[in-house]
Amino acid sequence: MNGEGNSGPVFADPITADIMLSVNGDEHSVAVDTRETLLDTLREHLDLIGAKKGCDHGQCGACTVLVDGRRVKSCLTLTVTVDDREITTVEGLAADGALHPMQAAFVERDAFQCGYCTPGQLCSAVAVVREVADGWPSAVTPDVSGPVSLDDDEIRERMSGNLCRCGAYVNIVAAIRQVGA
Amino acid sequence: MRPFAYERAADARSAVAARAAGAADGAGAVYLGGGTNLVDLMRLGVVSPGVLVDVTRLPSDGVEETAGGGLLIGAAMRNSDLAAHPLVRRRYPMLTQAVVAGASGQIRNMATVGGNLLQRTRCSYFQDVTKPCNKRAPGSGCPARNGDHRNLAVIGQSEACVATHPSDMAVPLAALGAVVHIEGPGGARQVPMPGLHRLPGDTPERDTVLEPGDLITAVELPPLPFAARSRYRKVRDRASFAFAVVSVAAALDVEDGMVKDCRIALGGVAHIPWRAERAESALRGSPATEAAFAQAAAEELAQATPLPHNAFKVPLARNVVVRTLLDLVEAS
Ligand SMILES: Cc1cc2nc3c(=O)[nH]c(=O)nc-3n(C[C@H](O)[C@H](O)[C@H](O)COP(=O)(O)OP(=O)(O)OC[C@H]3O[C@@H](n4cnc5c(N)ncnc54)[C@H](O)[C@@H]3O)c2cc1C
Ligand code: SF4
Ligand code: FES
Ligand code: FES
Repeated sequence: MNGEGNSGPVFADPITADIMLSVNGDEHSVAVDTRETLLDTLREHLDLIGAKKGCDHGQCGACTVLVDGRRVKSCLTLTVTVDDREITTVEGLAADGALHPMQAAFVERDAFQCGYCTPGQLCSAVAVVREVADGWPSAVTPDVSGPVSLDDDEIRERMSGNLCRCGAYVNIVAAIRQVGA
Repeated sequence: MRPFAYERAADARSAVAARAAGAADGAGAVYLGGGTNLVDLMRLGVVSPGVLVDVTRLPSDGVEETAGGGLLIGAAMRNSDLAAHPLVRRRYPMLTQAVVAGASGQIRNMATVGGNLLQRTRCSYFQDVTKPCNKRAPGSGCPARNGDHRNLAVIGQSEACVATHPSDMAVPLAALGAVVHIEGPGGARQVPMPGLHRLPGDTPERDTVLEPGDLITAVELPPLPFAARSRYRKVRDRASFAFAVVSVAAALDVEDGMVKDCRIALGGVAHIPWRAERAESALRGSPATEAAFAQAAAEELAQATPLPHNAFKVPLARNVVVRTLLDLVEAS
């Protein structure tokens, strides 16, 4: 960036944008400050408090949500950039009152303790199963030009962007294996 | 964070024009890729632009084949799509390996090819606005030189700055001599890697040779059949989700036990993805043996000038080069 982007007054009026946001199948009309992240919009404006703020720097994964089915960190996603996307949060995983198979597996396998990281783990895990089905290689895939399958090493590597302070990792791996392998 | 105007560009020309208009207002206008680095740096107060021009919707977001067997990668392509592309996996496996070795699945889904190349150093002083740093605030000093520099450069650093470029993806691109396509206020031009990034010298505030307003539109991978046998090896402090301490991208063309051709680049050791030209020329025409690999790596690293807390990177880099080349021989 070569020092660009630092001129001009630092204290200026907020700039807002009126956008439509599609979350878990519902359309919301919201006026967002351009600086607002998707995580803050979900939690502060839409009362969807499943996604959690762990670090706000992309390092912990607690804020993971799906945008057009792909997992992203909502703490680094500016809300104005996703006005025409379909957003799914942990609240949107269950359908017709039935838990998503990944949620059911987390319950069955006891894949959490305090639960703070769990919404992010769930969204990430749902996406991991799809990434493997789509044949995406990972850093532990022995031959990246070949097929991929979801063993425990692959699960651990693919879930490394989701930290769990309670250390529920062993059961998280088991739950994902149950659904995805 | 300073308030900013947000604009979404539909094509390269309008992106360059929107950036120029923002800059003309004195607002400080920059391009926005996936935002995984920029948004974080804005939040930390390291940069505070008044206009963001979103370039993630540019039409150039896929992979096209070029005449002769190369590939043209759109700058807006997401890192995860690049890594998963069948032609990239088959023709340039070290590129897929490097991309999937970086960051996490969520970040790779967001990060773009252009943004990855232009991500800024992870030097902790650069990210901390309460500290001096010549890269962030030219002339303020470099606390890393006598402070925390374990993860910083061992080759090509200057008195003014000892930072490293953190990208994994850039390392195989440097090894391949990938050509960066640029559209700027002055027209279009192309810069071959590793020439995009620059050594810090006495102007460490400049990471690259780009001029203000230059937009990366694509990265072209030249045809290199022997890169089908290539590998990226990353050494880090954790098994996953950590920046490289040292990394190596290498491609090897061996015939009758002799090295016909090779490409080697190092990550985590310099202000730029470091093309190991000395090692490459030492190896061409030499036997594909551990002794020859060790000799070539030693020649490359003879130019290292490490600092007290990162001297370990020199033997580490040497060993990783040798191991990676041996892996390539064994895989053949
Ligand atoms: C927790 C964490 C861990 C990470 N670990 C790794 C790792 O292990 N290895 C690794 O390599 N990376 C790692 N990264 C960095 C990540 O790869 C980069 O942040 C990402 O690649 C940047 O891409 P982006 O599209 O999000 O760029 P942005 O953040 O949007 O932009 C980065 C810079 O590029 C400029 N820019 C963007 N697109 C263009 C364009 N087309 N033309 C001109 N300028 C442009 C922007 O103005 C900005 O200055 C990590 C990041 C995080 C947050
Ligand atoms: S090494 Fe470079 S980026 Fe780090 S403090 Fe010194 S000048 Fe700043
Ligand atoms: S809150 Fe987003 S990654 Fe930690
Ligand atoms: S269950 Fe407590 S942080 Fe993961």
